[in-house]
Formats: sequence, C-alpha cells, structure tokens
Amino acid sequence: MDKGLSLRDVTISKGGPPLLSVNHNIGPGEVLTVMGPSGVGKSTLLAFITGTLAPDFQAMGEVLLDGHDITHAAPHQRRVGILFQDDLLFPHLSVGANLAFGLQPGGTTEARRDKVNEALAEVGLTGFADRDPATLSGGQKARVALMRMLLSEPCGLLLDEPFSRLDATLRAQVRDMVFDRAKARSLPVLMVTHDADDARAAGGAIITLGD
Amino acid sequence: MLGPVVAGLWGTFLPAFGHLPAAGITGPSLDPFRYLFDWAGLPRAMMLSITTGLIATGVSLLIVMLITAGWSGTRPFRLLERLLSPLLSVPHAAAAFGLAFLIAPSGWLSRLVSPGLTGWDRPPDLLIIQDSWGLTMTAGLIIKEVPFLLLITLAALGQADAQRSVAISQALGYGRLTGWLKTVFPRVYAQIRPPIYVVLAYSMSVVDVAVILGPNTPPSLSVQIVKWMSDPDLAMRLEGAAGALLQLLLVIGALVLWRLGEIAAGIIGRRWIMTGRRGRFDAVTAQIALGLGAACALAVLLGVVVLTIWSFAGYWGFPDALPDQLTWRNWMRHGPGTLEALGETALIASVVALAALILTIGCLEAEYRYGLHISQRGIWLLYLPLLIPQTAFLPGLQTLMLGLGADVGRGPVMLAHLVFVLPYVFLSLADPFRAWDTRMGTIAAALRSSPNGVLWRVRLPMLLRPVLTALAVGLAVSVGQYLPTLLIGGGRVATLTTEAVALASGGDRRAIGVYGLMQTGAALIPFALALLVPAMVWRNRKGLRHG
Repeated sequence: MDKGLSLRDVTISKGGPPLLSVNHNIGPGEVLTVMGPSGVGKSTLLAFITGTLAPDFQAMGEVLLDGHDITHAAPHQRRVGILFQDDLLFPHLSVGANLAFGLQPGGTTEARRDKVNEALAEVGLTGFADRDPATLSGGQKARVALMRMLLSEPCGLLLDEPFSRLDATLRAQVRDMVFDRAKARSLPVLMVTHDADDARAAGGAIITLGD
Repeated sequence: MLGPVVAGLWGTFLPAFGHLPAAGITGPSLDPFRYLFDWAGLPRAMMLSITTGLIATGVSLLIVMLITAGWSGTRPFRLLERLLSPLLSVPHAAAAFGLAFLIAPSGWLSRLVSPGLTGWDRPPDLLIIQDSWGLTMTAGLIIKEVPFLLLITLAALGQADAQRSVAISQALGYGRLTGWLKTVFPRVYAQIRPPIYVVLAYSMSVVDVAVILGPNTPPSLSVQIVKWMSDPDLAMRLEGAAGALLQLLLVIGALVLWRLGEIAAGIIGRRWIMTGRRGRFDAVTAQIALGLGAACALAVLLGVVVLTIWSFAGYWGFPDALPDQLTWRNWMRHGPGTLEALGETALIASVVALAALILTIGCLEAEYRYGLHISQRGIWLLYLPLLIPQTAFLPGLQTLMLGLGADVGRGPVMLAHLVFVLPYVFLSLADPFRAWDTRMGTIAAALRSSPNGVLWRVRLPMLLRPVLTALAVGLAVSVGQYLPTLLIGGGRVATLTTEAVALASGGDRRAIGVYGLMQTGAALIPFALALLVPAMVWRNRKGLRHG
C-alpha cells in the first residue's frame, strides 16, 4: 500500500475552463506547497480534499490517502486534518474540551484527561485546560488548534495559509512546531500559501498556480 | 404552510358565492355580495381599511427611514436599538390598551396636566378613542410597526455597506441624512420590501387593534367580517365570506397602489439625486424624526406603565394623577381567570414555537448540508401567509373545518398559529444561522465529528442566543394572535389575548390592566430569558458574548 497523500489528475472547474489541475504524490513526512495569488482556487483544492467543496464547483480526479480512495467519502470519515489561518477554536468549549473534542472516543475519563494534559504540556501550555480559548494569545491559540487536530490522529495534514495571521517572530516558531510535529508523525502535508518564506521553510516541492 | 392558506381562501370563496352546504345553502349565487353592498356602512368601512393601512404603513416607514438616515451609529440610535426587543414583544392588543389609557379624555396624559394646565375637573367631551376617522387606531398601529420596521431595517443595514457609503457622501459635502437617503436607502428598501408589504396588509385588516381603538359605527371592514362570522345565524357567514373576499381585493389593490407609489418615488428620487442638493434641512428633519420615534417608544412603554397602575388601582377619580390607594384586590379578583388563560396561552405558544423552531432548524440545516439556496421567490413564498389578510382566509378555514365536521379546539388553533409563527421564527434565525463560520463545520468534520455531531455539539451551542431569541419571537407572536384563536377555536379556546380583547367593550380598566399586563409579561419574559440564559451559560466564554 502506498503511504501518503496522492492527488491523481485532480481538476476543478466552475462551469468553465479548469481553475486548477494537480497531479502529485506527497510521501509520509513530505510537504507539498501550493502557491499563487489569492483567488486562484488554492483553498478550493483543500475543500475538495476535505469533502466540503461547494456544489457549484465540478471536480474530477481522485484523492488517495494511505492507499484508500477517499474522493467520495463523507468529510468526517476521511482522516484528513486541517488548519486554517484562524485558529477556529470552538468558542463555547474550554481549551481542554476543545482538545477532547479532537481526541478519538474511548478510554476512561481520567485517561482522556491525561492525554489532554499531555498534549498541552507538549506545547508548553500546562495548566491551560480550564481556560476560555478567547483569553489566549494568538500563538497559544495556534498551538491549541494544532494539538486538537493531531489528537484526532489524522493520516494527512492540510494547511490553509495557517501562519498568515501571526506576526513575524511568532510565525517562524509556530511554523517550525507544525512541520516538526508532522515529520515526527510521518504525515504527508499539503500547504497552500502566498508567502515565499513559508514555502522555503517547508522545504518540499512547490507548485505555483495561476501563471 | 401554504396549504391552510389556500384551503382557507377556497373556504371563503365558496360561501361568498352562496355555497354553504353546512347551512343547507347551495349556490352559486351573487346574493351574498348583494347583501354586502346593501350594508350602509360599507363605503365607510372600506375607506377606513384603506386609509388606516396606507397611513400607518407610510408614516411608520417614514419615521424609521428618517431616524436610521439621521442617527444610525449614534448614541440615541443605540438606545433605541436597546429598547427594540421589549417594544416588539409587547402584544398589539396590550399596546393598544395602553395607548387608549394614555390619550383618552380621561387618560393618564390628561390627568397629569389637569386641572393645572387645562382647568378640567371632569374629562372633556372629546371623541379620541374610537374616533370615526380611525386616527387613534392608525396611531396604535404606528407605535407597534415602527419598532418592527426598525428591526428589519437594522438587519438589512448589515448587508448594505451603509457606513462607507455615508462616509463617502459626507466627504462629498452631503448632509448625513440626505447622503443616507440618496445612497443607502435604495439598497435597504429593496431588502425590506416584503416586510413592508406585510405591514400594509396587516394594518388594513387588523382586528384586535381595531376593536380596541377603531370606530364602532361602522367598524372597519375586518371587524365587521368577524362579527358576521361569529353570528349564530349561519347564513350571515355568506355575507362575511363576501366581505372577506372584498377585503382581500382591497389589500391586493392597496399593494398595487403601493407598488405604483414605489415607482413614482423612484423617478422623483432619481431626479432629486441628479439635482445634487446636499440637504439643507437635515438637522431639523433628523430632530423631528427622532422626536417621533421616541414618542412611539414612549407611548408603548408608558402604556405598559399605566396598565400596571390600573391593575393595582383602588379608587382613582378624575383629575388625580395617581390612584388614591394601591391594592391587590384587582389581582385577587381576576387572578384565577388570568392564570387559566395564561396556562392555555403558554401551552399553545410553547408547542407552536417549538414546532416552528424545529422546522426552521431542519430547513436551514438541510440548506447547509445539501448546498441548497433559497431564492428571492422562496422568500416571498415564506411571506405569503403574512401578506394574505387574516380575515380573508381564517373564516374560510373555519367554515371548511365546520363542513368537514372537524372539531374546533386547541389542536387546530395550534396549527393556525403555526402558519403565522413559522415565518417570523424562520426570518429571525435565518441570518445568524447562515452567518455561522462554516469552517467551524469543516474543522469539526476533520476531527471526525459526524454532521449531526457538528450540529448538536458545535453549531447549536454556538448559536444558543439566536436560537433562544427565535424561540422567544415565536412565543411572542403566538401569544399575540387574536383572530386565529377566536375563529379557529370557535370561541372555546380562551387565551390572554382573546380574553383581554373581549374586555374592550366593557371598559373595566382594572380588569384590562390585569389581563393586558399578563399578556405583556407572557410575551416579554421569554425575551428576557433569551438574553439571560446565554449570558449565564456562556459567562466564562468571551468569544460568545457578542455572538
């Protein structure tokens, strides 16, 4: 079985000529960066992979994750994690409950709480479990969002301009953390961005759309 | 929801042409219309329907547009916004009673200035309430329609990019009010057109406000229709049905007239824009508009205050500003009756509002999951039950049910309420529901949460406040329903509203105070809870405090 995330002849259009076509194989621990100015359909590609493409788009091709064809799977059964430029922590849940939302079901309450605390400790946020996410700083929110996603044990990772809201110093720090975690778990990563620094830091193949 | 409307219209149509097998009368014949046109009060009743409808709608719209144009974004405007929910939730009947108790010759305002300013030591002999021109009735409608139209306008403003347009026109030297009217008004009006038509149709055919504030001899057409329909003589229903059909035609005619007025206003407006006038009277106009808006708000609020005073009043002789003593006696006497009516009201309202809420969430969630879009035409469909005058299809529905031998009572009343409650609940929840960031759904699905999980664990908790507000809107609309309860309930379903309106002719101000206050409370408390509960549940969640 092929490990990794494969896009096989993926073509997306909106009632006209194709907006984009991609044919690429992302191996475990590799990063593919998709670049291009805003409006060329970078996020549309991610929506196709997560299964949330708006119905006015037409898409062809296949998406394979670790050898499974997930092109037509329901969004919640795809095992594809995603991070957006906003942290999108659920505002009605505490930091700990946000992480528990990502954690797969099963295990005793104590075991689950331990896992949540472990995850918080891993990103230097020990003791934050009962906090209101709205009271966290930008960098802290980004770290919680990352750990929430990783706790759901995804097999692939999508990044939708994930660092563009962070200021320069924080940006490099969060970026390294995300890529390190992905490599450590051998996750294939697909990142869309319009920032050349992000692309360079990712260190993988680069596709540029909209030329 | 169109089913009952169409069925009701059919049930009006048949007897209007002399076909009512239940009463042993078969048609077709034109006799019902002949009798109708023989009624001496008809021209007057028709006139009343047209003038009250057009004036109430026109004046309310004018006040709301000028206030928004002159004041949106300022401190007085925000105060008015805060007052909106409580003002809206005061039922029409209670607001009408309150107004009557304020401005009647023996009302509170006259008491406050007598005999000091006026020298009156007995109520002056003036016909203010139930004046034959229907002016008080029109005023009663205006004080309730202004908050409604203001709410609708606020919702539309969000999508009209108003602030930047006004900033640009002010930079070009236009006054705030003129700039707003020339740049924002056309966009806003296009959005609020359906609710304006609803206000027009409603004002033309309202029954409860007309019974309380409108003239008696002759009454407005809709009141007369209800009289005919409740006559023990079944044959009178034919005349009532003919009247209902006439009422429907009048409303359609008025809507066409209004549409023509829109076109004319458009032509004049475009010319006005071409003149490039910057607006010299902006400041004065804005002041007047704010004064009128404040007067509307005060009329409703003071009305509730005076209802409260009357409900506790012992002896209260004329020109005294306050009663001699306050007492619980009125509440002791009418308490058991109001509690019974409250139970009935609460039961009907909760079932109906919950049903409407579930249907609405189901519709909106289906729209989200399957990527459906409701077109502009769909929106009109939603408004249709509110555009057809109640007096045109409710009597028909009642007649049909009578013909089918269906039992009148609580169940059918609930169904009839649902027809009117559902559109308001839908309109209240649709915008916040759609404004929810769908990336939250994508994230939750990526965290392996099923669609139902996303709805129950993420979307609805985040939308707790708008969901509860929509529920409160549904409850308030149901509490305020008069005609559906009266006609479909066959007089056997007694809610606070039907009981309160029934007191109108008796003129027992203490009883009216008690019932009116209970009615207001039944509509107001859910709104208060819709604000309080989310604030308490999410008191430690900053991200939801302004949601």
